[in-house]
Order: sequence, then C-alpha cells, then structure tokens
Amino acid sequence: MKRSDAPIDQGRRAFLAGSGLMVSFALLGSWRAFAGQENTLGATILAPDLPGDLKIEPVLDAWIKIDARGVTVCSGKVELGTGVRTALWQVAADQLAMPLERFTFVTADTALTPDEGYTAGSHTMADGGTAIYHAAAQVRQMLLDAAAAKLGVPARELALHDGVIVAADGRQLTYEQAAEGVDLHQRAKPVSPDSDPSTFRYIGHAIPRVDIPAKVTGGAAYVQDMRLEGMLHARVVRPPDASAQLESVDTRAVEAMPGVVKVVRDGNYLAVLAEREWQAVQAMRALREAARWRSTRRYPGNDTIHAALKALPQRIYVTTREGNGPVRQSQHAAPDAAPAAPSPATLSVGFGKQYVIHGSIGPSCAVAVYRDGMLTVWTHTQGVFPLRAGLAEWLGLPKDKLRCIHVEGAGCYGHNGADDAAADAALLAFRTPGRPVRVQWMRDQEAAWEPLGPAMLTELEAFADEAGQLQAWRHALWSTPHNERIVNAGRLIPARLLARPVASAPSAPIPQPEGDADRNAVPLYRIPSVRVDMHFVTEMPFRTSAMRSLGGHINVVTIESAMDELAERFGQDPVAYRLRHLDDARAREVIQRAADRFGWNGGQALPDGHGVGFAFSQYKNLMGYCAIALEVKLDKQARSVQIVRAVAAVDCGQIVNPDGLRNQIEGGIVQSSSWTLYEQVLIGEGGVRSVDWSSYPILRFPQAPVAIDVQMIDRPGHAFLGAAEIAQGPTAAALVNAIKRITGHRPLHLPLARQDSPLFA
Amino acid sequence: MIELHVNGEAHRLDVAPETPLLYVLRDDLKLNGAKFGCGMGQCGACTVLVDGRPVFSCLFPVSSVGARPVRTVESLGTVERPGPLQKAFIDHQAVQCGYCIAGMIMRAQALLETVAHPSEQQIREHMSPNLCRCGTHMRILAAIREVAAQGRLPGAGPQKVSA
Ligand code: FES
Ligand code: FES
Repeated sequence: MKRSDAPIDQGRRAFLAGSGLMVSFALLGSWRAFAGQENTLGATILAPDLPGDLKIEPVLDAWIKIDARGVTVCSGKVELGTGVRTALWQVAADQLAMPLERFTFVTADTALTPDEGYTAGSHTMADGGTAIYHAAAQVRQMLLDAAAAKLGVPARELALHDGVIVAADGRQLTYEQAAEGVDLHQRAKPVSPDSDPSTFRYIGHAIPRVDIPAKVTGGAAYVQDMRLEGMLHARVVRPPDASAQLESVDTRAVEAMPGVVKVVRDGNYLAVLAEREWQAVQAMRALREAARWRSTRRYPGNDTIHAALKALPQRIYVTTREGNGPVRQSQHAAPDAAPAAPSPATLSVGFGKQYVIHGSIGPSCAVAVYRDGMLTVWTHTQGVFPLRAGLAEWLGLPKDKLRCIHVEGAGCYGHNGADDAAADAALLAFRTPGRPVRVQWMRDQEAAWEPLGPAMLTELEAFADEAGQLQAWRHALWSTPHNERIVNAGRLIPARLLARPVASAPSAPIPQPEGDADRNAVPLYRIPSVRVDMHFVTEMPFRTSAMRSLGGHINVVTIESAMDELAERFGQDPVAYRLRHLDDARAREVIQRAADRFGWNGGQALPDGHGVGFAFSQYKNLMGYCAIALEVKLDKQARSVQIVRAVAAVDCGQIVNPDGLRNQIEGGIVQSSSWTLYEQVLIGEGGVRSVDWSSYPILRFPQAPVAIDVQMIDRPGHAFLGAAEIAQGPTAAALVNAIKRITGHRPLHLPLARQDSPLFA
Repeated sequence: MIELHVNGEAHRLDVAPETPLLYVLRDDLKLNGAKFGCGMGQCGACTVLVDGRPVFSCLFPVSSVGARPVRTVESLGTVERPGPLQKAFIDHQAVQCGYCIAGMIMRAQALLETVAHPSEQQIREHMSPNLCRCGTHMRILAAIREVAAQGRLPGAGPQKVSA
C-alpha cells in the first residue's frame, strides 16, 4: 500500500534516536489496568484487582451510604438521555433487595459522588453499573452479617424484603438499624457474594424511566430550566473563526442598553450580562455588530479537506494482530512500508467522511455562582471531575473551592459545547460575585464552536486465497483527534480566548484496543495478519473531539464494504462469507439472528429501486455485538433514500433494561442513518459555514425508517456490555451495502444522499 | 403592559412588545415546556399552540398574540394526571434526552385536534418541522398513532379565562 510521507515527530525521535518503535505493549482487555494509571475516561486506577469502576474508587461508602436518613447510592456517571440513571438505579435496587423508591440515588456531583471520569465510550453500564452491582452485593452481605450478630441467628436464616431484614422467627431489622456500628468505609473485595439473576425484580425488566414523566409535562428537567434567585442572563460573542483576533469593539452603546449589567471584554473574549434573557440576546447582537475581527488563517474546504489530512503534521500509530493473537499498538516515528503481503491485493476500497456535528437540539447552557469564596457550576458536562480540574487550573482556585454538579441538558452524543459553556458561566460568575449567572449559547455558536466529529479518510486492502479465505488485511486511516477532552484548562475554549490564553494540552489518541480514529478498525474476522496504520493528524484545521462511536462509524463502513465486495468476488452470500470468518460464538449468533429474522437469503425479489444490506460489528471489539439487515428504497425522482425496514440483533451481555436497550438501538439506527445519508459541515476559507439547520440538514420525520425491529439476546449472569454506540457503524455500513446492491456502484463518500448527490443522477 | 392568555389564565406582563413569546413563557411565566432550540424556526423545540395552531414561539413576538389563547405542554396534564398524548409518550417511553419532546407533543396535539384519523403520511408531514437529534422518531410516531387511533382529540374549547 502506498502511503504519503508524513512528517516525523522530532522531539520524540530525538528521545529514542534511531528506533522506529516508540512504545510497544500487548493490549488485552483487563490486563491493561495498572495502579496509578489513568483509564481512557480520565480517572485514575487505584485498585486494578476490583471489578468495574471500583478500580478507581475502591471504598464502599463512596458508593453506598447508610445513615439515619436512609440508604443513598452514588454514581459518578451522568444521564445523557440514554436512560442510564434508571438502569443504574435498577442495578442498585436488585443488589440491595430494595424497591427503587425506597432509597436515594445521586449522580455526578464533585461534592458527593465517586469520580468516574467521563460518562462516555459505552462504559457506563460496563464500568459504573458493574461497580454498583458489586458494591451493593457486598454491602448487602455486610448488612446481613451485622443483622445476624444483632439477632443472634446465622445469616443464612435471614431473608431480605424491601429494605428490611427478616428472621425466621419474625423479628425484623431495617437496613438503617442493621447498619448501626457497621463501617462501610472500607475497601471493596475483588469477589462479591453471588446473586441469583432469577430473583431480580428490576434487572432484566423494562422499568419505566424515572425522568420521563417530568419531561413530558413541563417539569424542571434540564439545566436550561434552572432559575436561581437574582440570576443574571449572559450571552457570549465568539470570534467569526478560531483564528480571529479582536481588533476593536466599542462597548459603550451596548452597556447603555436596557437591562445590561456589564460587558466583559478580555482579549478575544466577549460576553454580556443582563437582568433579563431577551435583553441579553439583544445586547449580544449589538455587541456582535460592534466587534471588528481580523482572521489570521484560511481553512480547507469540503473538496480539499481529505488531501489536507494527508499533508498535515501527523504521527503514526500502527496496530497489528498476527495469527489472531492480541492486538499490539506501537507509535512510529516515520511511515514505514507494511510487511510484504502475500500477493497483489484481492480488493482495495476506501472512504471519505466529512466533518459532522453533534448538533444537540438544545444549545449548551450552564449556570454558575461565586459566593463566599466557593464557585458552584451546574452543567450538562459528561465529566464533572475533569471539568472541575480544568476550571480550577484556569481560575486559580483550589479544587475544594469549586463544585461541579451535573444537571441534564439536551442529548450530546459526545463532547459538544457543554464544557465550554460551563467555562463561560464559571468565568462570568467568578467575575460577578454574589449573583448566579446563566449562560445559554445560541444555535450558530453551538454549530460553529462545538468540537466537530472529525473528517476522515480510509484505505483498505484485503488479501484472500483462491477460495476466498482472508489471509491479510491492511487498513490505513487519516484523522484529527477524537478525544480532546478537558485534560487541562487549555482544552476549554474560553481559556484560549482571554488576553492571557492557556494553550491546549498536546493531543493523544485513546490507545487500542478501545481506539480513537482507529476504533473498530481491527476486524473481528479471522485473518492471519492484520495491520492498521492510524495517521493521527495533530494539527487540527478544525477542533475535533469525541462523537458517538468515534472512528468506528467510518471504519465499520470500510470493513463491511470490503466483506461485501469480497463475498461478491467469490460468489458467496455476504452473510455466509462473514460467518465463515468468525469464531466468536456470540458474534455468529447475532448475525444469524438478524439474518433469520430479516429473511435474508441473498436473493430476495424486491421492487424496483429497493435493495438490502447487511453489516456487523462488535463495538470496540469489547462491548455490545450488533448485526443489522435492512432494506432501502432509492427514489431518484424524489431524490430520497429511505430505510423500508431494519432488523437489528444485539447482544450486550446481561440486559438491565430491555426497553432502554431497544430505545438506544432504534435511536442509534435513526441517528446513524441521518449522519450517513445527509450530514456534513460546510467548510470554506473562512471556517465553518453551516451554522443552522438549513445549511446542516438532518433527518426529519418523512425520511425516518418505516419500521425497525430490534432482537435482543439476553445473557443473564454475564458482564454488562455497553450498548449506546453499537448501532452507529453497522447501520451506516448496511446502508452503503444496500445502495451498492441497488445501483451496482459503491458510494465512497459520505454523506450519501444530499440533494446534489450523484446517487440521484 | 401586555395581556396574555396562557393555559387558561390571563396575565398582565411588563415586557417589550417585540419579545418572542418563548422568552415570556419561560422567563416571566416560568413555564419549562417550550424550549430554546434554534431561535430561527428550524427545529420546533419551542412549539406551542396559539389559537389551536402550532407556532414557533422563538419567532413569535408576544405583541402579535393578542387575545388568542396560548397553550403549552403544561396545559395538557400533570405527572399525576397526564393528558392522552403525554400518557402515550410515557407508555411508549418515547423519550431519549427529551429536549424536543414538549414541542413534539404540542405539534401532534394540534394535528389530533383537527384531524380525526390522520394517515401515517399525514402524521409524518405534519411533524416534519420538529427535529429530534436522538432519533426517537419511531417511538414518537408510535405514541402519536396510538392516540390518533382513538379519534379526534377535544380542543381546548372556549377558553375559560380566570384573571
Ligand atoms: S427554537 Fe423555535 S424553532 Fe427552534
Ligand atoms: S429525544 Fe433528544 S432530541 Fe428528541
């Protein structure tokens, strides 16, 4: 495979003079955890021997507190609209043998809950749910033992009913009574008492979500709905692009506007605070008109971005898997040739993807107040602890003088404007002591200033023998970072805009096997020799960061396109061809289930313009399994592509809430089809040009699938596997495969079906 | 002073006449249902009913409302006694983040008050102005269909106005 010459990382190279390999370590599931190491979500591992997030918070009473007021369970994870608040609550309820409504459940507050880093990467149930599962089982056993001592009977003769411990002779102790004298401030054990899944009343049941009633009746449900006494409304004015310098602004007229309390100007940072919200909006508009900016750089356009990605400064991370062993990742100082492959490639295929936005329906918002030396921030961030650390560094406050409390916002699907808006609120409140400040971004600000989902390029070569059996696999990809989380203050946009700016910490990818731009680039298929070269572009024309499934979206499109093409080349059915290369029984089962349910036989008689597509992946090769079969209708006249029916089969281990899982899969299919069919950020010399929903169209009701059928394989007693991102890749890949079947041509650029798409020619 | 009839109550408010209805509902009347999404009439998060018709309250100057009754999602029911659409949305768990949902319910309410048994295509076309980023469309449609199957929803009728 030919690769462009990428510049090398000079500093690193000097450090390891002459060596091509910088780091090399085996990566295999839980073996990766070492004490003192940071996990991929920004939390520090203290106890590698413990299950789930007990690794990062090993003390039981950080999770479960019992006092005179009752039982309180704490989670450092946040509700992002996926239903995890309810699901985590369910886990605690069953393991404590208590009804949901009988105990308090607190999430993500730096003053109250464990630091579980970010709520991201489909780790919430896998890590956070597992921690609660074990902590609650261990606390339950401690309560039983304490009750046994108090009642003078063996623990095994005690029964648990709704938060009460009952002895055979009818004597009872509440948990609070049993807990008296019990010290929960102790390290969790690596092994928990057994739980019998058949006794669960919550886990595995479609418990209605606790947050929904308020959301459909106008209850206060979001940070946007907070109204604090004496609260000021703030709006920011952002530069026209990230490079722009503020030349001049006359703030006097704005300061004289009704209700305006003050205008904040500091370097390139501009904001206005007013008594009333509409006054703040009007003042923001006037301030925007008054500001004169000078842009200092030009940006690539949609046509040139992929060439730019190949030319920009980059580091190369190579992941290999030989003989179907563990994956190994190494960072290369310079591109080197891939080891000789057996023969000319059997198949080459590659894709281009444009920048996309998270596009939360509610633009980012935060409320903050600085009072008595304490700064409190209410925020819809995915990580209250990393945010607090970034804000503390930036504002020069000790961490214990800063409290970040999660309050829901609109769905984010990754790193959107939440942290930056929280930084806006924190800064403005810090400079306006005593009065709460609510900052609400406008739509165009969210669209232009949220970290984008990266544009990417992939190139794949597959090598098979004459019988079609895969022998070798070479995948190369180019992308800017997918993980620009708040590891220092400079990761917060407002900190970069002040007269004394803070520089962003250097970019670093999430290592394999989770992966970053190379997420899911290593196929699960049995292939003797696999190599993935990630060209990690360190100079970002546009700031990018995590968006649901990261590189998995385009990598799965690439892999699954190759599998379809190879199947066709060797005259085989695409489903059978995949199964032929899979050993993992759970992978095989979801594929078989999706195919059976869909009625896949490779040769359906379909109406004109219809086609079927199939795709599979196991998210990160670690989380939930997902196979999707779908039928698509292409209507050239109407310039439309619609999913007529989709069948998804998923295996996420033990299912906590089947309806919640179904909801995530349905939503994932709809959202991924929107990304894949319609979405691209319009970029040009001046930067981001699509700043509203007409220049960045997304799927609307008439375009939504006609029907989606989700088949769930439950695995009671098995580990929870993350679910929220598993449909993104397979949906996109199945769509591309279906289009190929309809038109005979494989579309190689996403999005597929914008109004000017060649598909409709 | 502007007089505004919201959810069956009359209010006299000291607001600038050009203020969009959305800000008056949220900030002066402290109603959470209508949401700020885009402020440009492109997403429907702010949808409320004015005289039974769905409007983008983010664009609708409060002074243009006049004597016409305004209804928000709060008027349809409560957690304890949800209205038919609210109940259907709960039954179908037709929410992910839920930020779009109050607007969805109000737009659907307008349709179901005027059309007895809308077709699938009618429902989809009618709901087209409202965006959902979470992809909750299948469930939103299912919830609306369920209520639609029960026949036309009663309108607010002549507004009972209590001052
Ligand atoms: S907020 Fe009114 S249409 Fe988007
Ligand atoms: S449920 Fe999140 S935007 Fe619709």
